[in-house]
Amino acid sequence: MAIECLVLGAGQEIGKSCVVVTINGKRIMFDCGMHMGYQDRRRYPDFSLISKTRDFDNALDCIIITHFHLDHVGALPYFTEVCGYRGPIYMTYPTKALAPLMLEDYRKVMVDQRGEEEQFTSAHIAECMKKVIAVDLKQSVQVDKDLQIRAYYAGHVLGAAMFYAKVGDSAMVYTGDYNMTPDRHLGAAQIDRLQLDLLITESTYAGTIRDSKYAREREFLKAVHKCVAGGGKVLIPTFALGRAQELCILLDDYWERMKLKVPIYFSAGLTIQANMYYKMLISWTSQKVKETYATHNAFDFKNVRNFDRSLIDAPSPCVLFATPGMISGGFSLEVFKRWAPDEMNLVTLPGYCVAGTIGHKLMSGKPTKIDLDKDTQIDVRCQIHQLSFSPHTDAKGIMDLVKFLSPKHVILVHGEKPKMATLKQRIQSELGIQCYDPANKDSVCVPSTHFVKAGASNAFIRSCLNPNFKFSKSSLEDKSDSGSQGMKSMPWLQISDDRVGEGILVLEKNKKTKVVHQDELLHMLGEQKHEIQFAYCCPVHIEKLEQTETTDLIPTNDKLSASDKSSVIKKLLVKLSSELSEANIHDFGEHIQLESFHVSICLKDNCPYRITDSLQSKSEAAFFCCSWSEADEKLARRIISIMENCNLT
Amino acid sequence: MKFTCLSKGGGFHFPPCHMLNVCGFRVLFDCPLDLSALTIFSPVPADSCTIGDEESSNFAVHEPVVDMEAGVRKKQKVEKPLDANSLIYSEPWYKTVNNLHLWNASFIDVVLISSPMGMLGLPYITRIKDFSAKIYVTDAAARVGQLMMEDLVSMHMEHRQFYGTEESSVPQWMKSEELDLLPSALKKVALGKDGAELGGWMPLYSAAHVKDCMMKVQRLRYAEEACYNGTLVIKACSSGLEIGSIFDSGHAMDFDYHALQGSDLILYSDFSTLLTSEDNEQSTFSDDNNNWEELAKSLCNNDESSEEREKLSFICSCAIDSVKSGGSVLIPIDRLGVSLLLLEQISMFLKSSDLKVPIYVISSVAEELLAYTNIIPEWLCKQRQEKLFSGESLFAHVELIKEKKIHVFPAVHSPKLFLRLGPAVHLLRRWSGDPNSLLVLEDEADADIALLPFKPMSMKVLQCSFLSGIKLQKVQPLLKTLQPKLVLFPEDLRNHVRFSNINSFSVSHYFENETLHIPSLKGSPELKITTDLASQLNWRNLEQRKLNITRLKGELLIEQGKHRLLSRNEQASSSQNRPFLHWGSPHPEDLLAVLSKMGINGHVERGMRDAESDEACIVHVQDPNKALIEVRATGTVISAADENLASRIFEAVVDVLEGI
Ligand SMILES: [Zn+2]
Ligand SMILES: [Zn+2]
Repeated sequence: MAIECLVLGAGQEIGKSCVVVTINGKRIMFDCGMHMGYQDRRRYPDFSLISKTRDFDNALDCIIITHFHLDHVGALPYFTEVCGYRGPIYMTYPTKALAPLMLEDYRKVMVDQRGEEEQFTSAHIAECMKKVIAVDLKQSVQVDKDLQIRAYYAGHVLGAAMFYAKVGDSAMVYTGDYNMTPDRHLGAAQIDRLQLDLLITESTYAGTIRDSKYAREREFLKAVHKCVAGGGKVLIPTFALGRAQELCILLDDYWERMKLKVPIYFSAGLTIQANMYYKMLISWTSQKVKETYATHNAFDFKNVRNFDRSLIDAPSPCVLFATPGMISGGFSLEVFKRWAPDEMNLVTLPGYCVAGTIGHKLMSGKPTKIDLDKDTQIDVRCQIHQLSFSPHTDAKGIMDLVKFLSPKHVILVHGEKPKMATLKQRIQSELGIQCYDPANKDSVCVPSTHFVKAGASNAFIRSCLNPNFKFSKSSLEDKSDSGSQGMKSMPWLQISDDRVGEGILVLEKNKKTKVVHQDELLHMLGEQKHEIQFAYCCPVHIEKLEQTETTDLIPTNDKLSASDKSSVIKKLLVKLSSELSEANIHDFGEHIQLESFHVSICLKDNCPYRITDSLQSKSEAAFFCCSWSEADEKLARRIISIMENCNLT
Repeated sequence: MKFTCLSKGGGFHFPPCHMLNVCGFRVLFDCPLDLSALTIFSPVPADSCTIGDEESSNFAVHEPVVDMEAGVRKKQKVEKPLDANSLIYSEPWYKTVNNLHLWNASFIDVVLISSPMGMLGLPYITRIKDFSAKIYVTDAAARVGQLMMEDLVSMHMEHRQFYGTEESSVPQWMKSEELDLLPSALKKVALGKDGAELGGWMPLYSAAHVKDCMMKVQRLRYAEEACYNGTLVIKACSSGLEIGSIFDSGHAMDFDYHALQGSDLILYSDFSTLLTSEDNEQSTFSDDNNNWEELAKSLCNNDESSEEREKLSFICSCAIDSVKSGGSVLIPIDRLGVSLLLLEQISMFLKSSDLKVPIYVISSVAEELLAYTNIIPEWLCKQRQEKLFSGESLFAHVELIKEKKIHVFPAVHSPKLFLRLGPAVHLLRRWSGDPNSLLVLEDEADADIALLPFKPMSMKVLQCSFLSGIKLQKVQPLLKTLQPKLVLFPEDLRNHVRFSNINSFSVSHYFENETLHIPSLKGSPELKITTDLASQLNWRNLEQRKLNITRLKGELLIEQGKHRLLSRNEQASSSQNRPFLHWGSPHPEDLLAVLSKMGINGHVERGMRDAESDEACIVHVQDPNKALIEVRATGTVISAADENLASRIFEAVVDVLEGI
């Protein structure tokens, strides 16, 4: 069987994330987003591709929403309430708590301010959210008998998660948006090393490698400070959640340090209320923020208050957070119209703006005039500061994640076409992993891993459980070069799990295929093991060996006392140790062992293994009987040549 | 599998303790302390602690005061010649699970902690030098448990200050002559029913031990699966309502095993730890209570929760009566869950009665505990979670503290511990003479002893028992949901629950400290081999046996007790295609024939070579070089000075043998 991946949105673009994956017969919709850049039907994924008959309940087994951004959840109320999907929907607790705020905010902008026909109502949002099943991180959720899902921390925004899905032997991860470096309030993405057939990853910054975040944060703070110090007003268009809280932590902290008294406003009661959610969900933030819960919750902002419309034209400086983020309408647009013509003022822009929004226009070049519509033109004289820090991973982070997970296949979504193509090349050439970047409405099919079943004997399993030292070495390499902080701590547990299994597969007529340990095989066959050994009785020069005695070349029993024997062996040991410094030589007194190579003094007068023709010439020699098995043939020959060429004194 | 019940425990405060030997791993379930045994000690004498007096004077203001905690309704019945002077005047020691000391802690592989109460004894074993077990605790239980242990240590310090450092390693009271003098009720607590539990007493661990213990703990999120050594899968799930939703779906998990434990009327637990082992062998341990689950349950389960709610309302109305008549109310904090509910309800009652009475929460960890309860929506019941989704605080105390209706005191010493440690002692002394005041007490078997130091009391005492586990009538439905293969049930409950014969599971009954051998249910393990690996196999046909065999080598991955063999990319090309294992006995003639084909010539010499060996025959090789092959039934020895010749002979020998 194969895994089929139908891209309904975010294919070679950013917006309306929606991928429908069929994995071993189970069909999962990952994300159900809307596109901010379109006002027509293109704003939603084309759901008709899922089911021509629009029987979505039977066509899908579940929906998984990764986080509360509208490009990931924006179409959900429409899909459930208007299109009628009634199946299970999964998201994390914070996403379930915060998504309705985002949706409601968007609905208001759409209807109240833009005067559009509404796609869904407040009641729709509430109804839709009732169908959502909230999950905790790492919670293993059994959607049905065969489908298991699990959420992993993704950073990005509060509650953002990567989702793992497994059906039978096939497994995949859909990342949603993620961040591999911690920010002001969130930790870095964290995931276990999983056995994956497919990884679907975002690629917003497929072509960017970012430097230190702190320098860019300082730039932002400096720009804001300069503006308010000069009596100007700062407009920070953001969405209600996520970036607003991150910037607020940043500003609140800066305000405290610099003892600034300039007011920081939130445009709607909404965002202040959002902080309430953030306070309760503090365990989903970074370690540093989390630790503050008992004393001072980091989301209790000291300098933040509600904004009143009448303050728009007040002369005093202020900082204002207003929605929506890309100045696509709503209050941020209203304020922008009033503040943009004054060069004392400052407008910040998010790192990414969808085409068609004012934000996008401001980003492209430095326009002095912006045409809002046919009749309205805005003079833009204010300062523009583009925020260059982003809650998305950069290309290095994506590569790190792909390398860490080492899936069989990668699909890139949520990015810009040319950059995705470059990243795709890198993943294929550098990591040797098949990679795809499908466009919307494309479908990608990748094979899934298949297994044949066999019974296994306990002895086989036990023999496999012995730790494999080779592996622990390679895991260290993994640790050092997976650059992101979130992953460094992870591979440890896995070490004990990955072992070399070696056994014998037995296929007997009319019986189940079975894997046994090799010792068991002989038992099954009623046979005895036949050992093949090599032996060689090796002459070694010994300088001071009882020279006064006979010319007899063979040191016999009576000539070598026990102490002599051990001293000769000791000498050989010293010799071998110096020549084979890396080898693991065991000294047993009477004999020396090196892997399977065994050497002891030969006491026989006529040892059958004394093969060598040249032994007559060796007048002052002791004989050492050596034996070894085939596996150590190379080593044995090396030792023998050392012995034959040495002089023990 | 082997199962040993180390202690049946005793109610909420003293969860049971079990040891299970499964798949060769030794698993300990919970490591509690029997805190109720503390009652044999006398509290710090009233006049001793000036700090305490100063502090309590804060609350002794003339306005009535409500203080926090849980508790029944029967009036205290006075008994026995037992009085306050019979109690032991000494720095308290703590009673651990005696039977646990019979086991070597360094042999424990895994410790599963099911509740904060279940981890109070943990520092005793984590400080043992060779202890190396992996300890799994849920996030919430770990945090609350840590706070409880820290609180215990800080409360103990108060006693410590009073009694000074202990004179010798064995305190006076533990000497047999002293023990003999104890009234029988106290003796029973000290020595246990069989008189064998004295060894379980230990002096309290230190704050450093607690810290060290917490470092060794592996925290699990809600329903997170942890895998020990690739074979044991451990999954923590809360029960309450969740238990249905998690297990109901009849997915791959089937439970072999289910141990229930409890006291006479109430049994089981809301917090179950599901344990999976090799080969889908899975076990569920329904062990003990977790506050959150308790809470979840008391709020969510219709019949049970309405009963619980009634109890709460009753306590509240008693409290209001007391306060109205000018008395104070003391509620020692027993269970966090119940306490939080009482906080909410009492303030509601006060509000509706239009009373402006302050509520104090006095504990060194109260602030943190209350703050913590508001940030763990994942562990609360559905109703509480709804509060999150509608943007309200999870518990009313957040607002109440803001409105200054609840005051949190970070007292150096804090809530009650069976009325022996902490500020409850001081408050109780002060109020015990006031007939208008009220003490709300958890229904403990030893309430008489607990109240001993404060007698005579004119203060009202309300004893109340809360659900601390599963009710007996719920056992059957639960088992029906879980569909285990095997159920372990305490022997003393045998008569309370009758299992019908039509059950899909078998039932074993267990006694305390008796090892039960449980039949292993696993069949032979199954291995899944990736098709790409399977396709590379070189089969060898053993015709006369109608067998096909092949050597199999891959990366074994054990995940959730399932074994998979994956192909290893690097190794494939190595020269390991040669057989490793040989059998059969070569005929020297066959060998000669093969050798001569290779251009190696020799002759056979038969006969015994030396006495001790079995019959061997020797093949002497002269050409191309001198070599010797010694062939026996069980082995062949090749001796040649020429390396190349030796390896060619080896190949010839392999050729005449069978092998893989
Ligand atoms: Zn996003
Ligand atoms: Zn996105």
